[in-house]
Amino acid sequence: MSRLNVVLALVLIVCALAVIQAQHRSRTYFVELERLKKQAHGLEEQWGQLQLEQSTWANPARVDTLARTRLGLVAPPPDRVRIETLAAAP
Amino acid sequence: MNYHSKKLLKLNLSPWRMATVGGLLLTGLVVVAGRAFYLQGLNTDYLQGKGDAVANRNLTLPAQRGQVTDRHGQLLAISTPVESLWARPGDLTLTPEQHAQLAKTLGVSSKDLAKTLARKTRGEFSVRRPVTPEQAVKIATLGAPGLHLRREFRRYYPAGEVAAHVVGFTNVDDLGQEGVERAYQDWLAGREGKRQIMRDRRGNTIRDLAPIKTAQQGGNLALSLDLNIQYLAHRELAAAITKNKAKGGSVVVLDAKTGEILALANQPIFNPNNRRNYQPGPMRNRAVIDTFEPGSTIKPFVAAAALEHGLFRSDTVVDTPETWRVGNKLVRDVHPHPQMTVSEIIQKSSNVGAVKLAMAMTPEQYWGALHRSGFGELPGSGFPGETAGRLRSADSWKPVEHATMAYGYGLSVSLLQLTRAYMAFANDGEVMPLSFLKREPQEVAGERVFSAAVAREVRAMMETVTQEGGTGQRTRVPGYRVAGKTGTAHKVIDGRYAPDRYLSSFVGLAPASNPRLIIGVVIDEPSGGVYYGGSVAGPVFAQVMAASLRQLALPPDAPDTALRMTQHAARAGGGV
Repeated sequence: MSRLNVVLALVLIVCALAVIQAQHRSRTYFVELERLKKQAHGLEEQWGQLQLEQSTWANPARVDTLARTRLGLVAPPPDRVRIETLAAAP
Repeated sequence: MNYHSKKLLKLNLSPWRMATVGGLLLTGLVVVAGRAFYLQGLNTDYLQGKGDAVANRNLTLPAQRGQVTDRHGQLLAISTPVESLWARPGDLTLTPEQHAQLAKTLGVSSKDLAKTLARKTRGEFSVRRPVTPEQAVKIATLGAPGLHLRREFRRYYPAGEVAAHVVGFTNVDDLGQEGVERAYQDWLAGREGKRQIMRDRRGNTIRDLAPIKTAQQGGNLALSLDLNIQYLAHRELAAAITKNKAKGGSVVVLDAKTGEILALANQPIFNPNNRRNYQPGPMRNRAVIDTFEPGSTIKPFVAAAALEHGLFRSDTVVDTPETWRVGNKLVRDVHPHPQMTVSEIIQKSSNVGAVKLAMAMTPEQYWGALHRSGFGELPGSGFPGETAGRLRSADSWKPVEHATMAYGYGLSVSLLQLTRAYMAFANDGEVMPLSFLKREPQEVAGERVFSAAVAREVRAMMETVTQEGGTGQRTRVPGYRVAGKTGTAHKVIDGRYAPDRYLSSFVGLAPASNPRLIIGVVIDEPSGGVYYGGSVAGPVFAQVMAASLRQLALPPDAPDTALRMTQHAARAGGGV
C-alpha cells in the first residue's frame, strides 16, 4: 500500500512538471505567434504603401507627359500604321 | 538525548518572559493573518482591478477600408495608415529648444506653431494630420510631453482628378461622400474588431482573455472603368474646353456589348487628395447629375420610331421646305434642301424633316419610343444623385411641343442617359443595363427597344452623318466606320432660349459594322467662335474613339480610309 502511494506521488510530481512545461511552451509559442502576426500586419501595410507608390509612378498622366517630353514619343499618324493580317492557320 | 536531564542545559527562565515573548509572537501572527484576510478577502475586487489594469488591455482591431481599382486592377483608391500629431493642451509644456525643433520639423515658423499650440480646447486637438514618416520619427524622438502621434487610416486617390468624379471621396471619418465611395459605402467600410489580452512586464501579449472578435476588413471593388481610356477622355475633354473657351463639359464611354461604363470624365475637375478647397461646383458629376435639352441628338429616335411604326422607309422622300409652321411656331432649317430622304434628314440634321416624321406619329407613339429608350426614367447606374431627366406624358403635349420634341427641345436628359439610349442602335435594338462595376458579359440581359432591323437601318443613317455631306465629318476615325449624331442646342437662360449660348454635343459609336464602343460628348457654352456639335464635340469624340479603339486592339473595319493593309504573306514574299 505504502509503495503504491510512493509511485502515485512520483507520477503526480511528473504530471505537475509536465503541466508547467506545457504552460511555458504555450506561452512561448503564443508570444512568437503574436510577433509574427505583428510582422504580417506590418508587411501588409508596407504592401499597401508600395501599391500606392507603384500606382503613383504608373499614373497615365505622368507616363503620358514623360513619354512626350523626356522620351520624345508621339502617337503614330494613321498613314504610318500598317495593319498585318495573319494568314489563316492551316 | 534528554536535555532536561542535563543540569547545564536546563532552562531557567522566569514565567513572565515566556509570556511576553509568546504574546508578541501571537500578536504578530494575528496582525499578519488579519492583513492577509483583509487583502485577500475584503478588498480583493479593488486590488484585482488594479492588477488587471496593469496587465490586461482591451484592444480595438482596426478595419481597413477596401480598395477601389479599375477593370485591370489599377488602383483608384486605397487606405493606408499614417501618423498624425495630436496635442493635449493640459500637459503641453515645451522647452524653447523643443519648440524650435518641432517648428523646423513641421516646416512652419515658430510663431505660427505657437499660435496653433495655444488653442484653448478641453480635449485633444490635431496639430498636423497626417505627418510624413520622417517627421513622425523626429517627433517621436523629441519626446515632448502633451504631444503624441496617433495612427489612423488615410484615403489616397492615386489617379487624382482623372477619375475623381466617378470614384468620389470620403470625409475625415472615412465615410463616403460622393461617387462610388458613397454608393458602395457599406461594402467598402470594414467593421472594427475587439480583443482582450494579458500583457507581461515587457509589453508582450501572453494570453487572450476572451474570444477574439476579428475585424471585418472592407471589401475591394473593381470598377468598370479602364484607367487608360479614362485618362484619354479626361485629357481630350480638357484640351477641347480650353480650345473652345467653354464653361464645362462631359464625356461618357460605354461598352456597347455589356453596358459597362469604361470612362466618364467631366470638366471642371477637383483633386480628391486635397480636401482643403471644398467647392461643390467642380465636384458635381455633370454627366450623371445635370440635365440638358438634347437638341438634334434626339433625331435618330424620331427616325427609329417612324420606321418602327411602318410610316416611313429609310429612302422615303419627304418634302422639306426651309420653314414649316406648327401652330404659332416657325421651324427652320440651317442647311435647307427642298426634298430629303429620311436618311438625309438624319445626315443633314433637318429640323423640318424631323418634325414631319414626328408629326406623322401620334404623341403616344412618339412618347412610347422615347420612354422605351429610357428618357424620363432613371438610367439605373446606381450612382448617387443620378437624374431621370424630364419627359412629360404624351396626353399633356400640345402640337407645338410634339413638334419641338422632334428636334430635342421640351425634354431634358443627362449625358449618361442619352449615351445609354444610343446603345439600342449599337446593339441591334437592345439596351444593356448600365454598370459602374466590372462584370462578365454573360451575366447581363438586354432590354429590347427597337427591332434589330430598325436599329441597323438607323445605324446606317447615322453612318452617313460622318460621311461627305453630313454634319459630323470631323468625327471620322481613320481605319474605322463611325456612326453618330451631332447636336447643337440653345441654352435656357432665365426661362428663355439664349440666342448666343449653346450646348454642343455628339454621340457616336464605332466600329459601325459591329459596334463595341459608344461615346457621348457634351460641351457647355463654347465661346471660341465655333459652336456646332460636329465641330466642337466631334473632334473630342474622334480623338477619344481612335485612342480607345487602339487601346482595345479592335481590328479596323474600314482599313482603306487611311491605313495601308498588307498581307502577312505578301510582306514575307517581298523580303527585307
